[in-house]
Amino acid sequence: MQPDSSTGLNGKGQDLKIVSLISIGQHPASGRARRAEQDGRAVELGMTLAASSSTQNLTVLHAGDSQQAALRSYAGMGLESVRVLQLRESADAVKTLSEYLHKHAPDIILTGVRAESGESSGMMPYLLGESLGWPVVSRIADIVSIKEGVAEILQALPRGQRRALTVRLPFIASVDNAAPEPRQSAFGPANRAFMEQQQCHSEPDTARNGWSIVSARKRPKRLKIVKAKTAADRFKAATAKPQGAGGKIMKNQPAAEQAQAIFDLLLEEGVLR
Amino acid sequence: MSDDHYSEILRRDPRAERIARNRLHALHVAVSVGGQATEVRGPSGLLRKNPHTVGFTGPNGIKRIDRLKGNAVAIKNGRRNAPGSQEALLPLHVIAEPAFTIVVVPDMVGGRLTAHDKDVLGQAHKLARAIEADSNETGVVMVVAFGVCKEENFDKAGVDRLLLLDSAEYEGYCPEQQIAALAQVEVRFKPKYWLFPDSVHGGTDLGSRLAARLGERPVAQAWQVDTKISICRGAGGSVDITRATPRLLMLAEECANPIDESRHEVLPVAWESIPVVSPQLLDKGQVAVDPNAIPLAEAEFILSAGNGINNWDQFHTIAAALGATEGASRVAVDDGYMPRFRQVGASGTWVTARVYLAVGISGAIQHMQGIGQCDKVVTINTDAGCDMVKRADLSVIGDSETVLGELLSLIEMFRQQPHQSQNSVSNSVKNAVENGAKEGAENAA
Ligand SMILES: Cc1cc2nc3c(=O)[nH]c(=O)nc-3n(C[C@H](O)[C@H](O)[C@H](O)COP(=O)(O)OP(=O)(O)OC[C@H]3O[C@@H](n4cnc5c(N)ncnc54)[C@H](O)[C@@H]3O)c2cc1C
Repeated sequence: MQPDSSTGLNGKGQDLKIVSLISIGQHPASGRARRAEQDGRAVELGMTLAASSSTQNLTVLHAGDSQQAALRSYAGMGLESVRVLQLRESADAVKTLSEYLHKHAPDIILTGVRAESGESSGMMPYLLGESLGWPVVSRIADIVSIKEGVAEILQALPRGQRRALTVRLPFIASVDNAAPEPRQSAFGPANRAFMEQQQCHSEPDTARNGWSIVSARKRPKRLKIVKAKTAADRFKAATAKPQGAGGKIMKNQPAAEQAQAIFDLLLEEGVLR
Repeated sequence: MSDDHYSEILRRDPRAERIARNRLHALHVAVSVGGQATEVRGPSGLLRKNPHTVGFTGPNGIKRIDRLKGNAVAIKNGRRNAPGSQEALLPLHVIAEPAFTIVVVPDMVGGRLTAHDKDVLGQAHKLARAIEADSNETGVVMVVAFGVCKEENFDKAGVDRLLLLDSAEYEGYCPEQQIAALAQVEVRFKPKYWLFPDSVHGGTDLGSRLAARLGERPVAQAWQVDTKISICRGAGGSVDITRATPRLLMLAEECANPIDESRHEVLPVAWESIPVVSPQLLDKGQVAVDPNAIPLAEAEFILSAGNGINNWDQFHTIAAALGATEGASRVAVDDGYMPRFRQVGASGTWVTARVYLAVGISGAIQHMQGIGQCDKVVTINTDAGCDMVKRADLSVIGDSETVLGELLSLIEMFRQQPHQSQNSVSNSVKNAVENGAKEGAENAA
């Protein structure tokens, strides 16, 4: 992003307060705990935003177990400390987090889109947004600027597209994989970083008790079912070339008219912008 | 002993057999063919088929045996039927007094139902049928569609009721307004289930927002769902979670088979006004990205060049003017006009573009394999008989350089005038959809 002079200030002229929420990631192949891809990007984005203001206003926050080694790999990105709200494993993190965030009232909360472990439903930013009453921006790729309490955001769309949005502070954003890659994590700083623990009252997540969790089964591939009644139809279905229903053919019109037809179709499909 | 015991005994009639063997006998036809079945019990009890009795004499006097058992398409006047006339009308699924509603909120990428949306609709009907079996109540599947709509086949996709919200406040990205509308739907219909496609096209976003608003705990990435339990992927897709089915579901791709054996009513839902919320998220429109930086496999709009391109400078200019990602056939790549990573097809990239504009490409099967997933194919070619023309939705027969030149001047004109009236096309489509819905209603009555 392009840091500009007023980026580091929120609308009230105070320094921006940013919170990046982190979770324990899981390597897709080995299953080892690691720095989660999207959460790493959330920290990276938070660090770039914080760097453009004078004081360090980035809090990296985790709700769970402070002994997790993977938390250190976030700290290794150059953080002095990581704040951990100590919770039991079965606890519901949303309530604790929303209480904490309500009390500390940051300007921007950054999260990943989906956790790499646990339920990974992607509901965390929305639940926080609902309980704090803040707008939620999903799948952002970058925060372009923050001026007079209004942030200009690039949202990642499928097929590599981007959408520009503006939103007034404070807000919650989930960070997409399209955001800048997180910087490398260094071992020394990771070990030196301070884990600020905070004991929290937690309520267990009872809804999960009835769930059964097994490692993922391979999903059956969908078969192409041919509902032909006769052998001739089946033969045709198996051998016929895939063909459209017979499109429009323009043969003898002048080139200008033909080009106009193509142009109209492109316009109607909305690919001409 | 009973009578039927006697009837099991095979009795031979030597005279009849003799006549049947002798084709010159005066009574031969009456005994062997006339009135007799084609399958006869032989003297030893074996089933014998008489090939002289099967079949019929064809139009040119040659005997034909019909092995399709009467399932063949009837041939009238010795000519093939005109294509299309033999397409059977699927049965219409009518529900006058629904006892419950299942709401589906499809992605409608580009104003049309996606394959994922159709899977979700299939899942909705599966749930409706399961409830029907349990409680003997019939319900409807209602679709809530936002924004401009170009879909014409709602009836074949399984839409019983359609709530189309396409006024100005639903244009662009407006999740807050959409949630306000969905909250009203919740109040009025009390849907049995809310189904969303779990996709990056907005289904996940909207579903999560509604779940947070309604206080439901949804399942995400659910891939096997019935009324009691759902199986969904968790922990980044590495585990399966089996849990009780909640009211709000975000479904993975291929969760169920799409509807293909019935038509549905597509009755429009009458709707009073929905409060217009003042949004906190403001859509500033899509940002122009360099189309050639998008990976070919993901690109939405591809302009592809083949052996029929002579003026390559013009081709690159027009690709830039259109904002299209460039693609190429293998010949264009082999000849050195395009880099290898631009090649589309079996040995190149399988593309998923919504609109594929093929210029001077003949449509060899290796190339066609690569564009199997494209929605709309447009082609410019000098040869009206080539395979690409057969596949294309719009084919222009002419020299590529001239047509592209005309297209370029049209685009330049379009770029100069300020954007306006982009919805002029969509209005006519909307009318068409409404008319279709009316017809459906009349059929139902
Ligand atoms: C193992 C194998 C793998 C292959 N893999 C691929 C692959 O991945 N992708 C691929 O594309 N091909 C592949 N091919 C090659 C493929 O079989 C065809 O040879 C190739 O696709 C043809 O390219 P083309 O349509 O551009 O050229 P042509 O077949 O030469 O077609 C040119 C077309 O342009 C038209 N034309 C000519 N002049 C003009 C003009 N002035 N204006 C308008 N139209 C004009 C002609 O009518 C013709 O239809 C593969 C082949 C093999 C054997």
